[in-house]
Amino acid sequence: MASATETITAPATPANHRSEMIAFAIMAVFFVVAPALMYPIFLMKALCFAIFACAFNLLIGYVGLLSFGHALFFGWAAYFSAHMLKQWGLTPELAIILSTIGAGGLGIVAGALAIRRQGIYFAMITLALAQMAFFFAVQAPFTHGEDGIQGVHRGKLFGLFDLSNDMSMYFFVLAVFLGSFLLIYRIIYSPFGEVLKAIRENETRAISLGYKTERYKLLAFVLSAALSGLAGATKAVVFQLASLTDVHWTMSGEVVLMTLVGGLGTVFGPVVGAFVIIAMQSYLAGFGQWVTVIQGLIFVACVLLFRRGVIGEIAHFLKIRL
Amino acid sequence: MIEIFGIPSQALFGQLLIGLINGSFYALLSLGLAVIFGMLNIINFAHGAQYMLGAFAAYLLLQLTGIGYWPALILAPILVGIVGIVIERTMLQWLYKLDHLYGLLLTFGLALVIEGVFRNYYGSSGLPYQVPPSLSGGHNLGFMFLPNYRAWVVVASIIVCFGTWFVIEKTRLGSYLRAATENPTLVRAFGINVPRMITLTYGFGAALAAFAGVMAAPIYNVSPQMGSDIIIVVFAVVVIGGMGSIMGAILTGFALGIAEGLTKVFFPEASSTVIFVIMAIVLLLRPAGLFGRG
Repeated sequence: MASATETITAPATPANHRSEMIAFAIMAVFFVVAPALMYPIFLMKALCFAIFACAFNLLIGYVGLLSFGHALFFGWAAYFSAHMLKQWGLTPELAIILSTIGAGGLGIVAGALAIRRQGIYFAMITLALAQMAFFFAVQAPFTHGEDGIQGVHRGKLFGLFDLSNDMSMYFFVLAVFLGSFLLIYRIIYSPFGEVLKAIRENETRAISLGYKTERYKLLAFVLSAALSGLAGATKAVVFQLASLTDVHWTMSGEVVLMTLVGGLGTVFGPVVGAFVIIAMQSYLAGFGQWVTVIQGLIFVACVLLFRRGVIGEIAHFLKIRL
Repeated sequence: MIEIFGIPSQALFGQLLIGLINGSFYALLSLGLAVIFGMLNIINFAHGAQYMLGAFAAYLLLQLTGIGYWPALILAPILVGIVGIVIERTMLQWLYKLDHLYGLLLTFGLALVIEGVFRNYYGSSGLPYQVPPSLSGGHNLGFMFLPNYRAWVVVASIIVCFGTWFVIEKTRLGSYLRAATENPTLVRAFGINVPRMITLTYGFGAALAAFAGVMAAPIYNVSPQMGSDIIIVVFAVVVIGGMGSIMGAILTGFALGIAEGLTKVFFPEASSTVIFVIMAIVLLLRPAGLFGRG
């Protein structure tokens, strides 16, 4: 799997951590100022997908596992949180937390099956499991099939802050994003994360060193699934909607594309990739079906010419880690 | 009317036939995937798109030039095979030294492009393609009605599948292919042009998908998303069978089509998910797949 993540060559020196800290500060300041400059709904959508892409990147970038079925966790958590808000009348933070746990539970089942095979099979298994979950979503009564769960009220955060105000909603989403980002950052540089990277580079050797790699892979999968669920649940609150689009395989493809554009195995790449792809979708919305074609062309171009992604190229050029 | 397990025999055999038809397409497509994977170490995500291209090639040949089903059955695979060769020469050949995942990502992108272009021009609804006159009608077998065209699809796909198996496993050309899969450097040292063999293999895999597409055109409608609908199921079939064996891919394809047909009779709600459930069970019991090696 080494070549999948050729970007991460810089060692974990204090200087490298410093470059990441500076980049994080710039990013945080940008997002605090951003709603004054940009449409908050667009920003919230991009932030939700940034969480999703970061969670996906945890798996492909740091364990070398390509999941082609992450829409399963994203979409089903969206259904869970929309259902809990609308039918059970839970507060948004409770709905989001429970949905995240639910997505983690789905991650245990899907992960336990998928990690039984490696490489290319892993991608096909996750895709097939996600397609199965898609068919369940089409047939299950509580998802309301083609209509989805519509007209969900955002409710009041902790029973206090009214999220129907876009500004309150935005800063809540921003807090969720920054929290998830820091959590993933912490995971990557923890001893656990180092073992994950060892598995990515050479699983056989990690086994021979006495690591139960299956457990590490499963835990990484579940973390990634839960955080993808967090993204989906938050998105359902923002857009007051959970629909089949979120569980469809095209959504799994989109998160792969975002991570690839931003840079596989870079800390900031998925965030940039999510913004690029969401911006592209909103600006090119007038082109209708051509958006899919353009996304496909970006895929091809990234794989052939641009494997490091935007952040990977910048980091390579400046010889720092981002 | 005869009943079996409380099901009228007409319904049971009708669904079995549909299962066998679906199984024919699963077998043809998973065979193509296995052949390409064996030689190129790439999972061809564009396989579904190439299947769709085959069906559209047949449709367009008929609409634009009046060329009918039988010539299209030869021409469409040749055209799509050429498209495959161009794809291999211009794009895939740069990826062999990289991780397998990049091949999957590239062909996924290609599938999006091909499907998107056709959806732009032909919309999402299916276009009809008539059964060729020589195969219209059918036979009443007493216990069920057998349309001629469907019988032909099953027979033709069995012939093509076993023909491919025979070429790969039993002929000199096939032994070159298998040797090149094991050790390309050594085979090149013997003076065999391995890169050209790889190119032709990809072209052949694409042509096989297109052949399935032409045969599918009169049964399912010709539509841009017909490929992506079937390819995910075929991936599950490939996981169940394991790609190590050509015969394994063929048998698994037919068996799962029949399993799906039977599910439609006894438990219709599960018919769209049964193959994925079988995949999960196989992963629990035999992680390497039914015919997998190691």
